[in-house]
Amino acid sequence: MLSLIVFLPLAAALVLLALPRLGDSIARWTWVAVAALDLALVVGVWLAYESPAVGQLAFEEQAPWIPGVNSSYHLGVDGLSLPLIAMTAVIFLACAVYALREPDRPRLQAALFLFLQSVSMGLFVSADLILFFLFFDLSIVAMYFVIAGWGHNDAGRSAMKFFLYTFLGSLALLVGFIGLYIAADPHTFDMVELTNQAPLNGSFMAGGLVLAAILMGLAVKTPTVPFHTWLPPAHTDAPAIGSAVLAGVLLKMGTYGFVRIAMPMLPEAWRAWAWVIIVVGIISVVYGALVALAQTNLKRMIAYTSVNHMGYIALAVGAAGLVADDTAQARSIAVTGAVTQMVSHGLITGALFLLAGVLQDRASTYDMDAYGGLAGPAPRFAAFFAVGAFASLGLPGLSGFIAEFQIFTGSIAAAPVTAVALVGILLTAALFLRALQRIFTGPTRGRSTGFADLRPTETWSVGALLFLSLLIGILPRPLLDIIEPAAEAVVELVGR
Amino acid sequence: MTGFQAPNVEWLTLSPLLVVFLAAVVGVLVEAFVPRAQRYAVQVGLSLAAMVGTLVASLVVFARLSPTADEAELGRVVAAGAVAADGPAVFTWVLLSVLGLLSVMLFAERKVESGVLTFAGQAAALPGTEAEREASTRGLSHTEVFPLMLFAIGGMMLFPASNDLLTMFVALEVLSLPLYLLCGLARRRRLLSQEAAMKYFLLGAFSSGFFVYGLALVYGYAGSMGFAQIAAAVSADTGSRALLLGGIGLMSVGLLFKVGAAPFHAWTPDVYQGAPTAVTAFMAAATKVAAFGAMLRLFYVAFGGNRDDWLPMVWAVAILTMVVGSVLAISQTDVKRMLAYSSIAHAGFLLTGFLGIRSLDEVAPGGLTGVSAVLFYLTTYGFTTMAAFAVVSIVRDAGGETTHLARWQGLGKESPLVAGVFAFLLLAMAGIPLTSGFTGKWAVFAAATAAGAWPVVVVAVLMSAVAAYFYVRVIVLMFFAEPVGDGPSVAVPSALTTVVIAVGTLVTLVLGIVPGALIELLGNVGVFIR
Repeated sequence: MLSLIVFLPLAAALVLLALPRLGDSIARWTWVAVAALDLALVVGVWLAYESPAVGQLAFEEQAPWIPGVNSSYHLGVDGLSLPLIAMTAVIFLACAVYALREPDRPRLQAALFLFLQSVSMGLFVSADLILFFLFFDLSIVAMYFVIAGWGHNDAGRSAMKFFLYTFLGSLALLVGFIGLYIAADPHTFDMVELTNQAPLNGSFMAGGLVLAAILMGLAVKTPTVPFHTWLPPAHTDAPAIGSAVLAGVLLKMGTYGFVRIAMPMLPEAWRAWAWVIIVVGIISVVYGALVALAQTNLKRMIAYTSVNHMGYIALAVGAAGLVADDTAQARSIAVTGAVTQMVSHGLITGALFLLAGVLQDRASTYDMDAYGGLAGPAPRFAAFFAVGAFASLGLPGLSGFIAEFQIFTGSIAAAPVTAVALVGILLTAALFLRALQRIFTGPTRGRSTGFADLRPTETWSVGALLFLSLLIGILPRPLLDIIEPAAEAVVELVGR
Repeated sequence: MTGFQAPNVEWLTLSPLLVVFLAAVVGVLVEAFVPRAQRYAVQVGLSLAAMVGTLVASLVVFARLSPTADEAELGRVVAAGAVAADGPAVFTWVLLSVLGLLSVMLFAERKVESGVLTFAGQAAALPGTEAEREASTRGLSHTEVFPLMLFAIGGMMLFPASNDLLTMFVALEVLSLPLYLLCGLARRRRLLSQEAAMKYFLLGAFSSGFFVYGLALVYGYAGSMGFAQIAAAVSADTGSRALLLGGIGLMSVGLLFKVGAAPFHAWTPDVYQGAPTAVTAFMAAATKVAAFGAMLRLFYVAFGGNRDDWLPMVWAVAILTMVVGSVLAISQTDVKRMLAYSSIAHAGFLLTGFLGIRSLDEVAPGGLTGVSAVLFYLTTYGFTTMAAFAVVSIVRDAGGETTHLARWQGLGKESPLVAGVFAFLLLAMAGIPLTSGFTGKWAVFAAATAAGAWPVVVVAVLMSAVAAYFYVRVIVLMFFAEPVGDGPSVAVPSALTTVVIAVGTLVTLVLGIVPGALIELLGNVGVFIR
């Protein structure tokens, strides 16, 4: 089942590539159909899912791949990965719908995004480090082509920066994986096995070095300060759906690595360095928000809020490493919040980037000062953007609140000093409200004149994402029921 | 007085070498006796037959490898102690026969030059003279390149299998001399080609001189040429250490020159650029295999006992080589020069794997040793680089190959398939997963880390990222830049070059997806006989 979910988009991509004479609209609709089918399969898995025992996975599939080094084709899901798979399927479907009006090489674009979807799905379900790394690197390659091929302005340069930066990060990750492999006895790349072994417990120095390599790789991808500088140019120059996938899905690969690899496999080192991670998280939150506040380019601003939002996740997983007997429940809440934040940020930021793409499409600029009073000619656009902005700043009733509330409850209980990061929420609120004022209120002027409101493809794709965010905000239980057992398991594993 | 006792020669085990050398000698006779019109067909047929023959023979020998008396190693020492036919040696024989077979095909390509070989019509005719024009109008071709290549391959096969210093030196010369000649035989841009041959010859001669001097010193230290005796002397630690260390240092110069490691790399870009592209492909793929095979044997078998003395040297050379290769490649504007610097960087990665030396009891059964990691990397790199140079040889304009990068702009629009294949090969060299480049890198990194050389691995990781920059830059150029002028065109090659590109690309892909079988095989055969 998982293999089907992973490879169905890839198969469709190959078919699209193999048929160069296919009509553009057929290619676009094939993409939508395949993405929808993949989502249906994921929903099927979700309905049949039952939480596995600690250290186990559901829907496991295993086949020998490189037996010489104990690396196998091993897939499985648990409460950490299942929500992310679902979110990935949703975002890709939204992108497929949004791109129904794409005029530029739609067949190739569809093939590329389907390939990227396979890669992203594969990463979240892989239970083998080499497999994980393979998907991790391929996501960089595919996103590179998305930015370089369909971006605007200085796309080539931004794509190159993105590629080199994240590729270097991935190599650091590889070194860390090799460190884990060598420390394990018997040598293995299997994640389940490594989690059970926690091979570097007891060797402070080696554990610290391996964790440093892995953290560096993940921090570049996440990205946290000081490894975030590739993100703003990549987002600014990427096409709208590229940005949505980059922020919605690809950034999660970094944070997912924290909870899937770094925490359970290197518990001792994680506890020893928890404070470093918390500090990096707090800095990311505050610095990301401050820099976002200073932006005049809307897309750049949203990109910096990603740094801020990813900072909350780093903060929460760092706090989960501060083990004390009476805080187990609080730490578990923090991890649950972190996973919820991954899903929530994917949905909300995906929607915001798609909306930013509308600006580029209609008026070819993201400069906020070029607009004014846009709510007049484009009321639907204004309403959607407002919902997205409020969700992003953490208004109750939307998914961002559920996530950030849990993150702060858990973190502050484990380490009261993390309350400093609350400033971040205040700053985010300020910057989003300021953006709303600049673009949508006042007399209609500048590029706002004659601005066409959202088209059906845009309405449906963005609407679906925002609706899910609202749904999670109001009825979080189904999602939390899946995440909570897994979060407790992670906290228990870190406490070893 | 006892009578002369003839040495016992194991003909079957040596058959791969004998086939190649025999065919090379016959090739020379063909040049003398067969009419010019038929020489091409005869030479190509002979060379292909020889390479297939040696491939079959090597496979037979490989299949017959049997454990030694104490069952620790596979293989046996043959030809009165001169040749060691053990796992690594026979594996390089197989690898070299396949790479040699592909090289013969590249050499034999005539379609892209409209009916003549890509080698000079008459090497003796000075560039730009009447004699050259006449040779060109008469459609002459030097078919001597085929026997020359066979001699080179023979030397390459002997090089990593040689079990004493003298055999090693002879093999070194047998493989080098034909290569010097081949480099100077380009049909187009002949002055550049001749300059390359001259540089290669002069520097190569110097490095051979260093090698012989070192050989003499080591002989003075150990009192024997045989690797086993040298190893015994090293572990007994009798004799003057100054002789030994001096000898090791001087011999390393000779070997590091051949693999193109910094600071002995200066010839690589000039020679790779000037030589006919088929020869460059052959050198880049096969010479590296032979030279690294020989280096592994010399250092692991003969000098394994005092590795603490020479490991720091290899650390420094590996780091320097990776940095020089990767950083200088960035500023190149010529495809062949860029690939040359990338081959320097790859030599550095190979040296990183070379650092994975550990004694046998430290390695878990079936674990990745330095030898198997390096051999695996050589396999992956050999096929990738050969296919890459084959692609370079078919991107042409009116003046022959267009190797200037600016002329490659927009190739993706002109011929998406060729540009796509080249992009894939470049990604493989950059080490992206699902290509053999990734599995190769992974293998050498793992071997080096396990042996405690992690600082080198850290540098290797940094340099991989730097290297990714210039590979990806070419991809950008091909796909996302507008063609300048009428742009490059891709000559439609004959089936020969097509097969080379296809095989190289396929191996790159297959070893990227299912490397397990080869890694396991190398884990079983990757031990030198002592």
